[in-house]
Amino acid sequence: MSADGRRVVVTGIGVVAPGSMGREGFWDMITAGRTATRRITFFDASRFRSQVAAEVDFDGRLLGLTAQEVHRNDRFVQMAMVAADEAVADSGLPIGSDSPDAPDPDRVGVTLGSAVGATMRLEQEYVSVSDAGRHWLVDPRYASRFLAHALVPSCGATELAVRFGAHGPATVVSTGCTSGIDSIGYGSQLIEDGDADVVVAGASDAPISPISMACFDTIRATTDNNADPEHASKPFDARRNGFVMGEGAAVLILEELEHARRRGAEVYCEVTGYASRCNAFHMTGLKPDGTEMAEAVGQALDQGRIDPSEVGYVNAHGSGTKQNDRHETAAVHKSLGSAADRVAMSSIKSMVGHSLGAIGSIEVAATALAVQRGVLPPTANYEVPDPECDLDYVPKVAREQKVDVAVSVGSGFGGFQSAIVLAAPSRRTE
Amino acid sequence: MTGLLVTGIGVVAPTGIGVEAHWEAMLRGEPAIRPIEGFDPTSYGISLAGQVRDFDVDEHVATQLKVQTDRWTWMSLAAATLAAADARYEQPEDVYATSVFLASGSGGNEFSQHEIQGLWAKGPRSVGAYQSIAWFYAASTGQISIRDGYKGPSGVVVSEGAGGLDSIGWARRVARRGTPAVLVGGTEAGLCPYALLCQATSGRLSTATRPEEAYLPFDRRANGHVVGEGGAILLLEEPGAARARGAEKVWGEVAGYGATHDAHHHEDPAPDATQYARAIRLALADARVSPDEVDLVVADGAGTPELDALELQAIGAVFGDRRTPVPVTAPSSWTGRLMAGGSALAVATALLAARDGIVPGTAFLEQPIEAPGVDLVRDTRVQDVSTVVVLARGAGGFNSALVLRRTPGEART
Repeated sequence: MSADGRRVVVTGIGVVAPGSMGREGFWDMITAGRTATRRITFFDASRFRSQVAAEVDFDGRLLGLTAQEVHRNDRFVQMAMVAADEAVADSGLPIGSDSPDAPDPDRVGVTLGSAVGATMRLEQEYVSVSDAGRHWLVDPRYASRFLAHALVPSCGATELAVRFGAHGPATVVSTGCTSGIDSIGYGSQLIEDGDADVVVAGASDAPISPISMACFDTIRATTDNNADPEHASKPFDARRNGFVMGEGAAVLILEELEHARRRGAEVYCEVTGYASRCNAFHMTGLKPDGTEMAEAVGQALDQGRIDPSEVGYVNAHGSGTKQNDRHETAAVHKSLGSAADRVAMSSIKSMVGHSLGAIGSIEVAATALAVQRGVLPPTANYEVPDPECDLDYVPKVAREQKVDVAVSVGSGFGGFQSAIVLAAPSRRTE
Repeated sequence: MTGLLVTGIGVVAPTGIGVEAHWEAMLRGEPAIRPIEGFDPTSYGISLAGQVRDFDVDEHVATQLKVQTDRWTWMSLAAATLAAADARYEQPEDVYATSVFLASGSGGNEFSQHEIQGLWAKGPRSVGAYQSIAWFYAASTGQISIRDGYKGPSGVVVSEGAGGLDSIGWARRVARRGTPAVLVGGTEAGLCPYALLCQATSGRLSTATRPEEAYLPFDRRANGHVVGEGGAILLLEEPGAARARGAEKVWGEVAGYGATHDAHHHEDPAPDATQYARAIRLALADARVSPDEVDLVVADGAGTPELDALELQAIGAVFGDRRTPVPVTAPSSWTGRLMAGGSALAVATALLAARDGIVPGTAFLEQPIEAPGVDLVRDTRVQDVSTVVVLARGAGGFNSALVLRRTPGEART
């Protein structure tokens, strides 16, 4: 909440996630504990160390995009557009229409997160212009007309702004693997600060391409559990050995509370706090103490004047690397204190993989749905506890549990640590 | 209430390394647009760029860090050091008191081209361990935070050429929420073969072979822009915190900011300049500055006839009722367009103009287009500058405006 009392609520959600269709398909899948990880089908991954991923069976044309939208845009933009369409429809706000109920277009902003932007398109085109790496001096005659659009990921924010006629502030947020939390956090700040009443906020990434897979191969960040793809992503389990690459998008409609009330909108939850810190330690390494993530969680709770004991659920970063799982477990202990012993924490990356910048928004979407529906998605594949990870990870089966306050956390290359706090609309504030 | 103060500036630009070197080149009247060195771009029909030629990476970046990072990050690391040195800023006891909030445009281009080439020519095992951390858009921010120990809420925003101003807009939100010092701005290095080709597909690059005929914002002969590299990083500080640490130098105050999006078309600008003008008005209202009080507009200066006309239309819509036409200059004409780095460099140039009371002209401007109500600055002139508006646009329709004041908290007249 801002100094002059502007509060932010979530009134629409759209999701493009592996193994499912739309928000409800995604919710059904993750609450059923079903995994969407499989052997890579997008390209021949036989020479790669990690050959599994959580792919989306995505066809932009079938999901309402025009032929030209598909032609000029990378997959990450297409998925963002589809998720945004669903979120806007869900909100009931006729954004960008001539309806008298449409919000003032000057007061509608866009914040879209993406860690790697249009890498897939840039790599595919590079293969042509360089003749599969034969030439350093690329041949312009093989270049797509839309490479400039792909080079800078802000094309994603532009496409959404144009789609909904949103004339407010627009930006792409690219803080690596925390992009999807940060974009929703920044969107909330736009509303708090009075610069927008409605923000189309989310994130999208499509990193299942040879260069992205190869760069995580070399540092062994991804799993080499290729024999059993369905069970390859094992956050917090003692047997985990790296993350499973994913892809997808999620978009939330953020709205100023009074704006939502006036139109009688259905509210999923309130965004009561968001904070980010850097560990200033290492581009890929994490210190096991979790200090900076704990600092971010503490700050985010403070913004909404929420006591740690009120937190019922933590949606984990839970990437399935040993250092992350221990870092994050320590951060939850440090930030929630004795309340950590009672909190439920789960990682949906066990089911939908790690879609880099997108996953933060997908996880915030899952957290918002969990708060609204009183069901906590599980950590799939969790069987063998790691003695150093001693929280309640909601193993394998979803849990019916009403939570008033939930926290979603993320951690990324570059040392970024972010946390966002969602509260049920029914939560008593005084 | 006084806005954030600019207490340090670090420049790595085609015009020079360091804020004074950049300024001296402009005062000497030496545009830095030259034939491209390092590779042969003839097949794209492009021959000129604003390259940073005298940048000795080893002077600015430790070897261990150099091998992990792209040229773009080298320039960011150097600019961040220069900004902190200019401000005499040292890491305070509170490790969370400093943030790094930069704009990014195209990421680690040359590093990435090299690794993708290896991958496709030789296979996945040829990809090195640093690709995962060198090319993504947050690499420079992360590396500065790690090298210098800054743990505050850091971020990266992308809005093509508007990014440099937008990083300042977002830094104000960070400061409002309690972080007293934020490094802002950014650099860009899009002059490897593939990145330049990508930019060329926009159809907005000049194909001229002579610098004086290439990038000509507001000139009748405008025929596109020239790509430049580099940029600037600035240190912004909350006034109380700057005072408390005894900051001696204050370049000026960030008095206002506004941003809008055309939301018209993925490529073409809106045919009227309504949203661009609105961004300027938002920034002025935010700063509580009237159009009459503005001494100078540092324009985006896209260098295509259509975009230039729209920019003058936006400026005219806001400033047209003044008694004297508002001076407008486009210093990007000296360096080429540096994408996210360009708008950050424009802020540095605006503050230099205010410090010295010298307005740099628009390089190569000989045949100015009709601009009613606008005083296009052709030749560098001596003129008092206390309030400046800096404008920037990003491809796709991003419009941003920033109001800077030389003397913080100057009373409104």
